[in-house]
This record gives sequence, structure tokens and C-alpha cells, in this order.
Amino acid sequence: MNWIGRRLPRLEDPALLKGGGSYVADHAGKAAAVCFVRSPVARGTIVSIEMPSDGTVFTGRDLADVKPIRPILHRPDYVAIGQPVLPVDRVSFCGQAVAVVVADDAALAEDLAEQVFVDIDVADAIVDFDTALAPDAAPVHPEATSNVVVEGRMKTQGLDQAFAEAAEIVALDVRSHRQSAAPMENRGGLAEYDAASGRVTLTASVQMPHMLRTGIADTLGIPESELRVIAPDVGGGFGQKMSLFPEYVVLVWLARKLKRSVAWIEDRRENLLASAHGRDQAFSLRGAFARDGRLLGLEADLRSNIGAFSCYPVTCGVEPLMAFAELPGPYDFAEYGVRSRGVTTNTCMMAPYRGVSRPTLTFSMERMMDVAAKRLGIDAAEIRRRNLIKAFPHRSPTGLVYDEGSYLQAMEVAIEAAGLPAFRARQEAMRERGRYLGVGLSVFSERTGYGTPAYAARGMEIVPGYEIVDCTMDPSGDVVLRIGSSPHGQGLKTSLAQLVSDELGVEPQRIRIISGDTDATPYGWGTFASRSMVIAGGSSKLAAGKVAGKLKTIAATLMETSPDDIELKDGWARVSHSNQAMEIGTLARAAYHQSHRFKGLLPGLHENAVYDPGGTFSNASHIAFVEVDIETGGVRVERFLVAEDAGVLINPMIVDGQITGGVAQGIANALFEEIVYDDTGNLLTASFADYLPPTAAEIPEIEIMHMETVSAESVTKAKGVGEGGAIGAPAAVVNAICDALSPFGIELFELPATPQRIREALRRAGGASYA
Amino acid sequence: MKAAAFDYLRPADLGEALALLATHKDDCKILAGGQSLVPAMNFRLARPAILVDINDLNELDYLRADADHLKIGALTRHAAFHRPVVEGPLGTLLAKVVRYIAHYPIRQRGTFAGSLSHADPASEWCLVAATLRAEMLAKSVRGERVIAAGDFFHGTFTTALEPDEVLAEIRLPAMAPDWRVGFYEFSRRAGDFALGMAVAAARVEEGTIREARLGVGGVADRAIRLGTLEDQLVGKPASSALIDGIAREARGMIEPNGDIHASPEYRRDLIATSVKRALTEALA
Ligand SMILES: Cc1cc2nc3c(=O)[nH]c(=O)nc-3n(C[C@H](O)[C@H](O)[C@H](O)COP(=O)(O)OP(=O)(O)OC[C@H]3O[C@@H](n4cnc5c(N)ncnc54)[C@H](O)[C@@H]3O)c2cc1C
Repeated sequence: MNWIGRRLPRLEDPALLKGGGSYVADHAGKAAAVCFVRSPVARGTIVSIEMPSDGTVFTGRDLADVKPIRPILHRPDYVAIGQPVLPVDRVSFCGQAVAVVVADDAALAEDLAEQVFVDIDVADAIVDFDTALAPDAAPVHPEATSNVVVEGRMKTQGLDQAFAEAAEIVALDVRSHRQSAAPMENRGGLAEYDAASGRVTLTASVQMPHMLRTGIADTLGIPESELRVIAPDVGGGFGQKMSLFPEYVVLVWLARKLKRSVAWIEDRRENLLASAHGRDQAFSLRGAFARDGRLLGLEADLRSNIGAFSCYPVTCGVEPLMAFAELPGPYDFAEYGVRSRGVTTNTCMMAPYRGVSRPTLTFSMERMMDVAAKRLGIDAAEIRRRNLIKAFPHRSPTGLVYDEGSYLQAMEVAIEAAGLPAFRARQEAMRERGRYLGVGLSVFSERTGYGTPAYAARGMEIVPGYEIVDCTMDPSGDVVLRIGSSPHGQGLKTSLAQLVSDELGVEPQRIRIISGDTDATPYGWGTFASRSMVIAGGSSKLAAGKVAGKLKTIAATLMETSPDDIELKDGWARVSHSNQAMEIGTLARAAYHQSHRFKGLLPGLHENAVYDPGGTFSNASHIAFVEVDIETGGVRVERFLVAEDAGVLINPMIVDGQITGGVAQGIANALFEEIVYDDTGNLLTASFADYLPPTAAEIPEIEIMHMETVSAESVTKAKGVGEGGAIGAPAAVVNAICDALSPFGIELFELPATPQRIREALRRAGGASYA
Repeated sequence: MKAAAFDYLRPADLGEALALLATHKDDCKILAGGQSLVPAMNFRLARPAILVDINDLNELDYLRADADHLKIGALTRHAAFHRPVVEGPLGTLLAKVVRYIAHYPIRQRGTFAGSLSHADPASEWCLVAATLRAEMLAKSVRGERVIAAGDFFHGTFTTALEPDEVLAEIRLPAMAPDWRVGFYEFSRRAGDFALGMAVAAARVEEGTIREARLGVGGVADRAIRLGTLEDQLVGKPASSALIDGIAREARGMIEPNGDIHASPEYRRDLIATSVKRALTEALA
């Protein structure tokens, strides 16, 4: 029986569903409670900090020996900014931790925190692009001469020529407002001090446990051996939990200082205020189109608000440089000119959030295609047909090499399933009755599973990418896989078990996967960037393959045949074309207990493998159907289709879950979620009453179709699929809204398209009935 | 996200509760369903020194209908209205409106009286009470008094209740079977507070409106009963032109507030649309 390709129920779920999950807060019981005192203002000089006399309170002065968090990109345009773990002299965003309180329980800690009075000489905060980029703007950080802290630029030779020859130039200004990844579980950490060894164990809700160990050890100036990091069950991350946050450094410092266990369980207000944001971007695009709709060239000015600090380890280059490199997306054109800037402001730090720049850049390109199609009198699908990448490998204007994909076919499959002729008839009939339906399309590429070459190309000082997997079969034939990836809700353990089952011929239930513990797993990069199935999956397959090879040699020796004739399946090693067979458990026992019989083999069944691929592109096409209520500006997503090509699906149910969740976040991006600051940098959306993740009631069932392009770039034949849903959905939804509102000639370029913004557009277009 | 320290008292009957309120006055707060008070305490926006939990006061847990009123005891939960509590238009209206209040688990605990006492400007029950001219029965050791809806709501989170008073009962006027009702609400997500909403009710005889009720909520510091528009409706035949005209007038009459979700301009749109849709439903 093959396990790959089966909708195996997730092995993780029984525990999670029955309350057996184990999150940081479940471990924090006996530890002292930590509460951070946070800056109430966005910018200013710390004059003094008054502290209660009867409490355990520490400030930046106490942590003077701790180095700032200062990630590096080796690029001439990158300005390294240090983030003090607790600031001594100045605050840089509203919510920045300025002091830390330790007490016996959380309520007492909050009581104490209220008694810490931070006197700040308030300065004018820089919050938005206009202020930050004004010629006379004061730099947010003294170590930078301007607020541009990273900048990518390029221009191909023939760009001007392309614009000179264009029949139509489409210019647009796109605005994506800021968002939070809003994981269900907030951040949190428990630092436990072990008196016997002097080591600290940090149990934290994170995506990259090894990176956290390195980062904390470096800032504290201790060897990594003094620290163990555990990521237990983690309730979602979406990129937010990749970064090294000051809070975690402080926790370890406190445990070492106080020689006791301390825990910080973040609340939602803190998470919205001070964890990380993303997608605060303003893109200006100009597309040069030929009469037949071919895109000849693209010019872009891209700005990303990176907040007050640079996130470790990926740096504040993550959004601007992703936008720089990947704006061309699924389209085949040669001439490209781009300037992409990361702009620092007195706001919460930007960090990766599912999709990283690609939701905004896909939104930009797909809006541009729709506008160009209208202007040129071409159908929206047709203009894409004429521009999509069709030959592989494809080299983009920025030098990215796209492996085999199905850009055109995926779109055709989605369009076919959408039943557009019937929809157009219904749309027309409904318009007569004052109801506005619309359909919107988006097509995009999703670069996934990239290893060290891609990160090295960015100039990162810390170059992530590879994964090491240890695979051991024990004497009873059960398998343990130790991985550096750190799943946090993706069902990776199930998918890896399926993959390894097919290599070793044992059931997935007999494969245990150990992750998220730096004492028990090889150094690895955790889970982010749609990488784990490709990279950890690749190394798991390779490592299990080595164990399988050894099992076959053992079986061949015992059954006196050639290893090539052995097949491992359903718990048995069978000799092909004969009925000779041995149980895999018997072979495993022999590997350990009869090792003298196998000349040239090391005893036992323990192998490891490394995989460090160049990357593989997934692709998909989304189609959204919406109804817009023109009186309220409210939008209902009626139907949502996805045609996705993620190569070979190891567990299609899990893949569907990834797509569905991603699309839900994409719809949130399109219609609901927005972090809002006032002019002084004060956060106005500090709870879920104001920051609005949609509920199940707002999300339709997502209809998913799969393509299967097998790429040589992935040893498992799987492509990454973690981010696509979030990447493609905003464009499809807003294109659908614009289609619905086409009688009013409305084109929207702002995310989210809130009811208020839609009414505003209708008012401007003269379509507001009560104006 | 932990409340500041407080004392917790749990009286066994109304008499005991009123005595505690009389003793502690401003230092204490009544705890009913806790669905507004507890979050506010966790944010430390509310810091009562003492909580007087009224959940053991079974004598306040009732719904009674007589010829004139539907009487709602203070411990009646939102969820009690999921199915019509009385036959006829009033029961239908309440059963429709309740679905817009928060989410199912919150409706199991939150109380009708708690909503009114809390006086959130976007509370559905406050809108219903204001529009249908409810009466509030307040009790204290000093005695009891009946407060008309028009006098009860003083603004955002403020009412006519004194610190020593319990809102013991809400009386909604009974509605004859020939009343027709309508409700419309716009909110960003299911269960969110309204950005704009309207309740309408009318008694129509042979095509002519004989009596009308109309109110809007979620747009100003309290629910607003649109008395002059009610008067304009009376005596007229129901028509879409009439409804449109009333909606436009409502739009112009109110100076709505603005926040990050809705500017005053946008709220005006929602006033007009809510009034139009609620009236259309009632007059259909
Ligand atoms: C996520 C969420 C969404 C919500 N959405 C909505 C919504 O869409 N619409 C809506 O209307 N509400 C909404 N609510 C609020 C909810 O309806 C509350 O239940 C209600 O506002 C208060 O009722 P309660 O019984 O819980 O009162 P409590 O929270 O216990 O008390 C609220 C206040 O009223 C006082 N009080 C309570 N009972 C009495 C009494 N009998 N006499 C005098 N004073 C009293 C208390 O002292 C306190 O000041 C929401 C709440 C949450 C958490």
C-alpha cells in the first residue's frame, strides 16, 4: 500500500482535539509571572523610570551587558539598526518594552507594572511614508542618515524602449494597509533555570527554535550549550513567530539572574501592539502594453514600511527585497525597472507574514492586468493568456529561474470550473434588480522550498535553507525521525510519516517525529516560507532511503538474494518474483543484535541526510465571486475557487487545509484586517473588536482543484503550498468587487476594501444613492 | 490581561443585594452576565473594588407577559429570546434581533438588563427599548421607581440608574397581532457591534399606517427614537416613495459619530439604508 497521496487523518489531531495539546501556557504553572512595561508613546527620550520599592523590576540599565539585536545584510544599501533588548535612552514605537516586572502571579505582575512610571520626553513620531520620506524628515534612528534602510534597484537595458513602443501605459498606485498575522496563540515563553547544570530551558511559542537559541546566546554572550529551546505545540505562527524578540532574551536573562523559572504569556493586546506586523506597502506601477495586450515592460516604485526595527534573522529586507525580486510573478516579459525601499518608522516592527510581499505584488499585477484588459478591450482571461509564462525553465528579468509549472493550464481549469457564461447571465439579471455581483481572477507564482543559495543571494549574514534529518529504526521496527523543521499546526508530522512510510514499508502510525527541541533535533531552520514539505521532506526521504537501503542489504543477506530484488512494503521485506519474505521488525532486530553477520555494514539503523535545494515554484489561479451591497458597501464572498499546482500531494487533505486557511487570510486581507495608527503613532486597533479577523461566517467554502506538475527541483516531487492561498486571494476578491461595480466605472487599489472605502468610491463615482 | 484586585460578594436574595449596594454604592458594581464588565475589568478599564454578583437572585429570572407588557426580569439571558417568547410581532422581532447580539456563547450568559444598564450605544436591546418605549423598573433600599426609556439612556455607558439601584425589570409594551416589524443591522462581521441599525414597527389598516415606531442605533452616543418621523408615517399609505423619503430625512436628522470603522459621512449612509430596510420589512 502506498501512503503518499492519501487523505490520512492527521496523526496530531486526536491529542489536539481531546485537550491533550501542550502549549507554553500549559507548562507555565509554577513559574513566576513576567509582565513587560511598554512605552505608551511612539517616540521620545526616556527621562526617568520610577519603580515601586517593593517589587522585582529591571530596566535597560540592568541589562547593559546584553547586546542589541542587530541583524545584518551584506548590501551597501542596508543600514544595520540595533534593537536594544530594553532601551536605555529612547523609545521607538508605541508598545516597545521598557521595563520588566517579575511577581508570583500574573495579576500581581500587572499590579506592579502599573506602578512603574516611565517619564518620556515625547517627540513627533514618524508613522507614515509621506512623513518618513519627506526630504527634511528627521531619521527615526540616529545611526541612519535617512529613513530608507534598505533599497534594491535595477533597470534592464530595453526598458525605455519598451515604454516608447507601448500602445498603452497603465499606471497605478496601490496601497496595502498594515496587518497582523494574528496567530490564535499569542507569543509566550517559559524560561526554566536548572541549578544542577546552570542551563536554561526556554519553552516558547516559536517557529525557529535553533535560530532562537543562536540569537539569544549571541545577545547574552553565552555559548549555545547553556541554552535549550523547546517549541511545544504552537498555535499558529504565519511568520510572526520566526523572529528573535527582545522578550525572549529578557526571559532567559531573568532565569539566569534570578535562578528561578519565569514565564511570560502574551495577551492579545500586546500581540497586536508589539509582536510584528506586515504588508504596510505602497506600490506605484507603470506597465507598458502592446496593442495586443502583451506586457512589454514594467516600472515600479515599491515602498514597504518596516517599522522601528529590523527583524532577526531575515532582516527588514524581507518585504522590500521580495517585492523587488518577485514582482514580475507569473508573467513573461523582459524589461523591468524597479526601486524598492524599506522605510523605517516609529511603528511596530515588520516581520514575515504568510506570503511576504507577494499578496501586495500579486494584487498590484492582477489589478494592472484587469485595468489594461479593460483599456485595450481584451477579456481579463485573454490578456493573461497572452502574458503568462509558457516555456520552462523560465528566467525572470531579476534572474529567478522558474521550474516547470502550469500557469496557463491552472487558469483554464479554474475558468472552466467557474462557469462564467452562466454567471454573466445571472450578473446581468441581478443588476436589473439593483444587485451587484462580480467575478475576479488572479494568477500567481509561489516560490517555495528554497535553500541556502536564495538566502545567500540576498546577502544575509545568517544564511538559512538546508535541513538535516536523522532517521532511526529501533530494534522493534519503529521509526524515529528527528527534524530541524518546527511545525506549528501544519500537520507536517503526518505528511512526513506518509513519506517515510513509503520508503521503509512501515505504517505511518509507527513513525514518531521529534521536532522543536534543540537538545533532541539536528540544527535546522524551523518552519516558514513554504519550505518544510520540500526541504525537511526531502531530507526525510533521503535519510529514510538510506535506512531502507540498509534494510534491503540485511534482508538480501538473510534471504540470500540481491538487495535490488527486495521490496519493503506493509511491514515486510519481500523478494520479488518469489514468495520469500521477512518481517521488517525481524530485520531491524538483526541489524542491532546480529550485526556481526552483515559484513561492511555499521551496526544498527541510524542514518541522516541533508537537503538544500534551489527552490521550486508552485502556481495557482484563484477565482472569487462576490456580491457588493452598494448601499452599505458590504461585500459577501459567495464562492471561491482555487486551481493549485503544488506538484505531488503527499496528503491532499492537509494541502487543502493549507489552501483553505491561506485563502481565509487572503479574504481577511482583502476585506477586513487593518492595523491603524493615529498620527502620533498610537495604535487604534489593539483588540479583536477593532482589528477584525473574519469568522467562519464570512468565509465561503473554498473549492479546490489540483494540477500536478512534477518538478525535478524537489526530491519528493512536492512543491510548497503554505502561502499561496494568502497570496492570490486579495487580488481575486478586489478584482471581483471592481467587476461588480463596473457599471460605476470603479477601480479600487487599496487593501482592505472596507465597506467605508467602497462607499467612498461610489460616492466619488456618483453611485451613492443618498449623496 | 488580569483584573485589578476586587472583593467578590454573592448575595442570596434581592434584599441582601440591595443592602450591599446601599452600603458600597460607587465602590461596587453589579455582576450579571459579565460579558461587558469582565472584559472591561481585564483591560483594567473598569476597576470596581467590590463585585456584587446577582446570579443567585432567582427571583429576577423570569419572563412574564400580560395584556399590557412583556416583563423581562434582570437575569433573563439574551439566549432566552432565540425563540419567540411571546406570540405575535413582539416575540418575532426579539427573536430576530437577538441573533445580531454577539455570539452564541456570549448570548448564553449576557443579560437583557445588563445590556441596558451597560448602555453601549450599539446595543440592540437598547435600540429596542428606546424605540418601543420600554419602561425600566429600578429597585433600591429606598424603594422602586419606573423610568421611561426616553429618560433612561444618558449617553455612552451612562444611564439614569443610581449606584444603589438594580435594574430589576424591563417592561416592553405588548404589540397587537396587526403590528408588523422590521429590523436591519450592518456590522463588519457576524456578531460585531452594529455600525448602524434600525428597528421599525407599524400598524397598518387597509393600506394606511395607523401607528409607527422607528429608531436607529450604533450611530450616536445612544439609540435614537425618531419620533417626528414616526408622526410623518402615520396616516400615510405605505409606499416605497414614503420609505425613501423617511430614510433621507433620517439621514439628515442625525449628527453621527465617527471612528476607524465608520466616518460620520459613512454612518449617515448606514442610517438611511438601515431605516429604509427596516421600514421596508415592516411595511412589506
Ligand atoms: C465579543 C463580544 C461581542 C459582543 N457583541 C455585542 C453586540 O453585538 N451587541 C450587544 O448589544 N452586546 C454585545 N456584547 C455585550 C453583551 O451583550 C453583554 O452581555 C451585555 O452588554 C451586558 O450584559 P451582562 O449581563 O453580561 O452584564 P455585565 O457585563 O455583567 O454588566 C454590564 C454592566 O451593567 C451593570 N449591570 C448589569 N446588570 C445590572 C442590573 N440588573 N442592574 C444594574 N446594573 C447592572 C454592571 O454593573 C456593569 O456595569 C458583546 C460582548 C462581547 C464579549
